[in-house]
Amino acid sequence: MNDTQQRDPLTRAAILVPYAWLIAFFLLPFLIVLKISFSQTTIAQPPYTPLMDVAAGWEGLKEFFAALSAENYATLLSDSLYVWSYLKSLQVATISTIILLLIAYPVAYALARAPRRWQGVLVLLVILPFWTSFLIRVYAWINILQHDGLLNQALIALRIIDVPVTWLATDTAVYLGIVYSYFPFMVLPLFAALEKMNDTLLEAAADLGSPPWRTFFQVTVPLSLPGIAAGSLLCFIPIVGEFVIPDLLGSSSTAMIGQTLWIEFFGNRDWPVASALAVVLLAVLVPPVLIYRRREAGAR
Amino acid sequence: MRRFGTVNLTALALGLAFLYLPIAILIISSFNDSRLVTVWAGASLRWYRELLRDEAMLDAASVSLRVAFLSASAATVLGTLAALALTQRFRGKLAFSGMIYAPLVMPEVITGLSLLLLFIAVEIDRGFWTIVIAHTTLTLCFVAVVAQSRLVSFDKSLQEAAMDLGCPPLRTFLLITLPLIWPAVASGWMLAFALSLDDLVIASFVTGPGATTLPLRIYSEVRLGVKPEINAVCTIMIAVVALGLIAASLLTKRSPSQSLGARV
Repeated sequence: MNDTQQRDPLTRAAILVPYAWLIAFFLLPFLIVLKISFSQTTIAQPPYTPLMDVAAGWEGLKEFFAALSAENYATLLSDSLYVWSYLKSLQVATISTIILLLIAYPVAYALARAPRRWQGVLVLLVILPFWTSFLIRVYAWINILQHDGLLNQALIALRIIDVPVTWLATDTAVYLGIVYSYFPFMVLPLFAALEKMNDTLLEAAADLGSPPWRTFFQVTVPLSLPGIAAGSLLCFIPIVGEFVIPDLLGSSSTAMIGQTLWIEFFGNRDWPVASALAVVLLAVLVPPVLIYRRREAGAR
Repeated sequence: MRRFGTVNLTALALGLAFLYLPIAILIISSFNDSRLVTVWAGASLRWYRELLRDEAMLDAASVSLRVAFLSASAATVLGTLAALALTQRFRGKLAFSGMIYAPLVMPEVITGLSLLLLFIAVEIDRGFWTIVIAHTTLTLCFVAVVAQSRLVSFDKSLQEAAMDLGCPPLRTFLLITLPLIWPAVASGWMLAFALSLDDLVIASFVTGPGATTLPLRIYSEVRLGVKPEINAVCTIMIAVVALGLIAASLLTKRSPSQSLGARV
C-alpha cells in the first residue's frame, strides 16, 4: 500500500509497539535461555555465571565468549536420564497422536455428514470443553480414576474385576488424560478437511462400483490428508512438552521432558541444565513445524 | 442428499459422551453431600459454603480474575495492532510474523522458563505484574491471529475511501476498521481472558510471593488428593465460561464456533 517513508503514525505504532514488546518478552528471554544453557553452574544466587558485563566493553565481550561451554549439553548426552526422558516424551506423543487420530476421525466424519442445521451446535459442543480449564479436565479424571473412584466401582459392580485396580500414576492414565484433553484439537482440523470434501466424488466412486470401505480408503482418507497433518501436528507438538497431565496422572518414575525440565529447575536448581533441556526440546520440535509449513506453502 | 447413518450417530454420541461424562461427573459430585465420590448422600451446597470460607481460594480467584482482565485487555490492544501490522509490508516482517506464531506452538515450560530468566536478569520483583506481562505476551499472539483472520476478509476499499476523503488514519481506524473487525477483537479478548485463567505452567515460573492464581492454588490442592471443595470451584469456573460463551455468541450474533475455531 504505502511506502516505508510515508507511513502514517498509527501504522508505524501498529508495527513498532508489538514488535518492541515481542522482542523484549519473547526473543530476548529466549536468547537468555540460550546463553545460560552454555554457562557453568555456580553455587551462588542466581545459580549461573553472570550474563555479560556490558561495562567492560571489548574485554567483557571476550570474556563472554570464553565463558561459553558446551558442558551442559555433554551432561544431557552422558546421563541416560535425559535421553530417556526425551524418548519417553516422543513415545507418548506419537502413541497418543495415533490414538487421537483413530478415535477423532469417526467423530469428525460424522460431524461433517451431520445435517446442516445441527452442524453448528454439534461443532460448538465439541469445542466447548476446551474452553474450560485444562486443569479442571485433568482433575475430572482424577475423580474417576482414583482408588475408590467411579471407574473401579463400576468395574467391580459389573464383576469385571474383584479388587480395585490402580489407575492413577500409570501410563494408561497419562494416555487417557492426554487423549481426552487434546480430543477437540484433533477433531476440528479433521472436520475442516472433511467438510470441504465434495460429495459427488463419493457418488462417482459408488456409481463406478467401488464398495464403501474402498471409497473411504481411496477417496475420503487421501482427501483429508491436510486435516490429518494439521491435527497431528497440533497435538504432537504440545504433547511432547506436556507437563500438567503426566505430573498429575502419571508416575514420577517415567518423567516426560517437561517434568524433567521442571525438576531440574525447581528441584535441583540447575538452571544451565534446565536451559539446555529447553533448547534441545525446541530443536526437536522445530523440524516438524518447518516441514509442515513448507509442505503447506507448496500445496498452495 | 446427505445420509446420516447409525454408524455416524454412534460415533458422534460416543465422542460427545467421552467429552462430557467426566465433566458431568465432576459437576454432580460437587453437589454431593458426602466426601466420597462414590457415595451419594443427597444434594447439598455444603462444599460451596465451605468454599466461601476458604480465604486462600477466594484470594486466588481474585488474583486470577484481575490478572486475566489486565492481561487480556493489554493483549487485545497489542494483538489488534499486531494484526494491523501483519496486513502491511515492512522490513523485518518475516521475523515479526515468526514471533507472532512461535509462542502459539512453544511448549509452556520453555515460555515460562525464559520469561523467568529474563525477570531475574533485569532484577524485577516477581509477582502479580510479572504474571500479567507473561500472559499478555502469550495471549497477544492469539488475539493477533484471530483479528488478522477478520482483517484479511474485509473490504479494504472502505478504509481507502475514508482516507481518500481526507479522514485521518486514527479516525479511519476508529470509525471504519474497528467497527468492522470488532467481533474478532471481542472474541480475541475472551480467548485471552480464558487462556489467562487457564494457565498454570507459565504462572508457576513467573509468580512470586503473594501472587497465587486460582490454577496454582487448585494445583497445589489437587496434588494432595481429591477434595470435594475443588469440585465446587471447578463447577463455578465451568459455569462462568459457559455463560460467557453464550453471552458472546448472542452479542456478536454469529456462530461462536467460527470465532472460537480460530484457536485451532
